[in-house]
Amino acid sequence: MSETRNNNLARAWRFALPLAIFFGLVWFMWKGLSLNPRDLPSALLNKPVPAFSLPQLHDNTKMLTGADMKGKVWLLNVWGSWCVSCRYEHPVLNALARKGVVPIVGFNWKDKPEDAKGWLVKFGDPYAFSVSDLEGRVAIDLGVYGAPETFIIDKAGMIRYKHTGPISEELMNETLVPLIQSLSKA
Amino acid sequence: MNTQTNTSTGAASGAFMAGKARQWLSFIFGVLLMAAGSLYAQTPTPEMPPMKPELEARLKKLETELRCLVCQNQTLADSPAGLAGDLRREIRLLAESGKNNEEIKEHLKARYGDFVLYKPPVESKTWLLWFGPFVLLLAGAIITWRVTRRTGATTAAAPAISDDERRRASKLLDE
Repeated sequence: MSETRNNNLARAWRFALPLAIFFGLVWFMWKGLSLNPRDLPSALLNKPVPAFSLPQLHDNTKMLTGADMKGKVWLLNVWGSWCVSCRYEHPVLNALARKGVVPIVGFNWKDKPEDAKGWLVKFGDPYAFSVSDLEGRVAIDLGVYGAPETFIIDKAGMIRYKHTGPISEELMNETLVPLIQSLSKA
Repeated sequence: MNTQTNTSTGAASGAFMAGKARQWLSFIFGVLLMAAGSLYAQTPTPEMPPMKPELEARLKKLETELRCLVCQNQTLADSPAGLAGDLRREIRLLAESGKNNEEIKEHLKARYGDFVLYKPPVESKTWLLWFGPFVLLLAGAIITWRVTRRTGATTAAAPAISDDERRRASKLLDE
């Protein structure tokens, strides 16, 4: 009597265990499908923006430093004229600039200044300031590994948000603008 | 025969053809856009004077332990991407300023996170990654051992068949 029960139990296990393992694997693989391997957590999130001093794109005798932006909520956008996704993103940045909720600093990364200036004339210039990082050393301090990248920095100079890849209109309206507004109130 | 099938499908799917043409157009447009994009180029990593052979050897080894972040499954040493060149230069500048390998790794880790290390560190959150395969291997070994032991036992215990059964079996096999 108890032996048959034991047998039944053993049989149930023999079915249940592989089934459980199978569903476990399915869950991991399913999750793997929806992960974006490019979406790395930024090591700099909630850390101060690294100190930098870079020449301005339109007048390289003038420098812009992180300290110049202290006391303001600002958005840093890493881009290059060689970057195809940046062109795709650009109309969204123009729209954000028109809203006037945040000064956008353009971080022109490893780009020829003439190319960059021509590009801004052609597609519009949403940037309150443009700086150029010809050698890419400041970009390394920022942990940049692909353009476009977007950072939101609060009044105290802390990085509060980072997005890798082009900003969509949806992301701007649903995430960036609300975050900028709440940081500006703080 | 062949032409006939072609004409009939062609006549039946004018809408499909239009869709295909549109696909082609967007493909050509995409290629043109990429070609236009390539007129602009990244500025190259500035040239550096040649370095001492021992430093070069040390950095070559260090670069194999760091990830090229653009091409995610290559080490820095293998990668031709622009950022990889910049990172190699950064590593060299750090090394020349007197930093040791651990300090250089820490410097990059503070900027790019653990991901920049080609070999993930052993921490509580990476235990599954490091030890999971061995646990699975062990589980597999135990299951194999148990199953083979059981079948071994049943084979040994299998009774010798009678002549009658043998005859029936060979008859079945002949059919």
